[in-house]
Amino acid sequence: MFAEIPLFPEQASTTAQRVDALFFFLCTVCGSMAILIAGLVLFFAFKYRRRAEDERTPRIMGNNRLEWFWTIAPLFVFLIMFLWGADIYTSVALPPPDAADVFVVGKQWMWKIQHPGGQREINELHIPVDRPVKLTLTSEDVIHDFFVPAFRTKIDVIPGRYVQTWFQPTKTGRYHLFCSQYCGTSHANMVGTVFVMERDEYRQWLGGQAATGSLADQGRQLFLKFQCITCHSANAEARAPILEGLFGRTVSLRNGRTVVADDAYLRESILYPEAKVVQGWEPIMPTFKGQANEEELIRLLAFIKSLKPGQTPVRNEEALPPLDAPKMPPGGNPKQHEAVPTYQPQGKSNEP
Amino acid sequence: MSSAITTGFVPQAKPRPPRAPGENYLNVAIGVKSWLFTTDHKRIAILYLVTVTILFFLGGAAATVIRLNLMTPTGDLVPADTYNKLFSAHGIIMVWFFLVPVIPTVLGNFLVPMMIGARDLAFPKINLLSWYIFTIGAVITLWALIAGGVDTGWTFYTPFSSKYARTNVMPTMIGIFISGFSSILTGLNFIATMHTMRAPGLTWWRMPLFLWAHYAASVILVLATPVLAMALILVGVERAWGIGIFDPELGGDPVLFQHLFWFYSHPVVYIMVLPSMGIISEVVTCFSRKPIFGYVFIMWSSVGIAVLGFLVWAHHMFVAGQSVYSAMIFSALSYLVAVPSAIKVFNWTATLYKGSISFETPLLFALGFIALFTMGGLTGLFLAALGVDMHVHDTYFIIAHFHFIMVGGSVMGYMGGLHYWWPKMTGRMYSDFLSKLAALIIFVGFILTFLPQFVLGYLGMPRRYHVYPPEFQVLNVMSSAGASILAVGYVLPLFYLFWSLYAGKPAGPNPWGATGLEWQTPSPPPTHNFDESPIVTTGPYEYSVEESEIVH
Repeated sequence: MFAEIPLFPEQASTTAQRVDALFFFLCTVCGSMAILIAGLVLFFAFKYRRRAEDERTPRIMGNNRLEWFWTIAPLFVFLIMFLWGADIYTSVALPPPDAADVFVVGKQWMWKIQHPGGQREINELHIPVDRPVKLTLTSEDVIHDFFVPAFRTKIDVIPGRYVQTWFQPTKTGRYHLFCSQYCGTSHANMVGTVFVMERDEYRQWLGGQAATGSLADQGRQLFLKFQCITCHSANAEARAPILEGLFGRTVSLRNGRTVVADDAYLRESILYPEAKVVQGWEPIMPTFKGQANEEELIRLLAFIKSLKPGQTPVRNEEALPPLDAPKMPPGGNPKQHEAVPTYQPQGKSNEP
Repeated sequence: MSSAITTGFVPQAKPRPPRAPGENYLNVAIGVKSWLFTTDHKRIAILYLVTVTILFFLGGAAATVIRLNLMTPTGDLVPADTYNKLFSAHGIIMVWFFLVPVIPTVLGNFLVPMMIGARDLAFPKINLLSWYIFTIGAVITLWALIAGGVDTGWTFYTPFSSKYARTNVMPTMIGIFISGFSSILTGLNFIATMHTMRAPGLTWWRMPLFLWAHYAASVILVLATPVLAMALILVGVERAWGIGIFDPELGGDPVLFQHLFWFYSHPVVYIMVLPSMGIISEVVTCFSRKPIFGYVFIMWSSVGIAVLGFLVWAHHMFVAGQSVYSAMIFSALSYLVAVPSAIKVFNWTATLYKGSISFETPLLFALGFIALFTMGGLTGLFLAALGVDMHVHDTYFIIAHFHFIMVGGSVMGYMGGLHYWWPKMTGRMYSDFLSKLAALIIFVGFILTFLPQFVLGYLGMPRRYHVYPPEFQVLNVMSSAGASILAVGYVLPLFYLFWSLYAGKPAGPNPWGATGLEWQTPSPPPTHNFDESPIVTTGPYEYSVEESEIVH
């Protein structure tokens, strides 16, 4: 147990390298400052120690040039630290367009993870090496925090909203996943493992998972189950807007404002339909709060995002197949989920 | 320089009512009632001293169990819920019932009137009231913590605190809410006193830096505490009646709470550390027998900290889904607030230059403060860097950082101040050897406890973890070992200071040869502080004069 004392964390993502570079810069600058001050204090304390009880001292009241020097000089050093830190932070806030999607729901006290191919995991996350991965996260209850020290990735997972972050693993292996925002009794057990795998190994893993259709397929079934189709039918006499190609578009609202149809807007419209009613439509939609949980919302959103013109299910498709039955997605490839997820995000995200 | 300038103290032709020889504030009246109904700021300071010392050791007891539990990765000592209640109790007691009040209410209460040459604070009865309010708040909170406990952490983050926690959240918050009024009253009292009751000749620019530090801290107390009160009320309203403010299920915003909470709780760090900085300015000048280097810069840096301290709250929320631009603004402002702290450290160092340095116990604590506070401040630069904060936020790196500031800084300063003014407060000297030993033990114990936590934090160990991966054990054991040394260091003064009351040799009015007005009157001081009202004719730190010219 005492065999090895780790002193530095594993460096397993592109971000980790950048964070560590800044960390070492800070260590060097701050370390030098600490040594300088400690050295001066010790030197003065020794050199000017009291040798006689009636010792006298020169009446030095200050030195304005020196004061201004040590007021202004740190500002330049701080500016470097600030810009460097902001640069890393900004790049972590903006996922690259080719990043693979992973959806994370935190709840007391576990991590529930969904892949676009429909694979689900709990407290484990399997991802391929050398590929950017974008996480979209939300919480079912309190605030959690998704923290992978080896990736230097940390983001608060907040109930009622989606947050996003991304990373690109550079090294295969197993890494700790921690909840680092205190969330109650078993906070310290809300931990998991991130498995970074070679591309082939990862493909095998995906294929071995018992996924019941892609995330969008599962969302399509929920779309039918919740009877969304009754109004969002894409027919001429439909009582609600057509959802095809909606994601990422700018929508005009009844109150004269506009909103970009992103994850947050879609989620809000399902849970609080009266909040932002589309221009030209009546506020007749019931809330699905309490019916659709966070994981189901993610699936519904995946379906709506995937909906291309002409793909809305027909309204009389009422016989609902069992959820676990293999099913042909509309115009999709039934083996799609066995490939590396190729889900492409469209439009911009709601939260950096 | 004429000799009148060097004394800083000229008898005024308006004598106080005569007092019996040897009569002082301690022996002027005896009995419990004479203490519980006193309006003497010095006696109230003693009441506070006893109260916060008890609270300090209660908070320390919780820390002891925490560190013992973390000796093993499996958390064998206490169950998870108990552990969560322990760290909550530790934080709540130490922040609100020790660190915030300790220096202003003990040393500030005792010294603000004496340093400005006044008989008492501006509102002596309000001063006593504030002690009662504080004690009532403390008793309610302690009762809540002992009878069931609370498991939200001292931060009360929503919606956990407002909805999910099944522990004594309400009574704990009520106790903290009540004690907040005590903070506000003390702050108001200090501000009013410093504005209206300074001795003739004691201009703002001649005030000792201890007073400036208390002035700045009082402004923060008065402005920030109400925001905490509001935040706690809102949590209570949501918890009791389900009115949606923070809970997204009710249409609230959980992050809003963090804004309100840190708008108070960041400035509150400066309430803890500013008075401590004031003590360091007094102690360093006295024991290097030199005027402070750059008085005006230290004074303005106190004011600067008080103002800028209000503008950095959101740096606690860099990973809480903040917009990139907002994060960048708060990062930049956080770097700005580091500047005034750096100015102070540089000036204290420069004060030592060409001094006549005598290593008495208060100076040892002050040098300990400079070392630990510098490390705390420099690691703050890591946290202000957005890219690094992303990794170390909510890990043991943060724990180590704020303990360096709040314990290494604030508590070291308090210990220095307590040892510096103890002879004035009690009229007795404590054991020279034991007090120096305590300073050394505290310094070494502190470093051993918290230095490993920086490493743990960068390795990724999150805070508030009851159990942890086994590879973190060695560093945790090191930290716990250091904590046991630290505990010895904190218990030791309890004995020798108590002992000094009975067996300490009489201190005389000015055992350190210090210049402040408080040293120009007998120790312990008479109830009216000064037999004759002082007149001030010089700046506060006129040490660089011939020994024979200093009035003893």
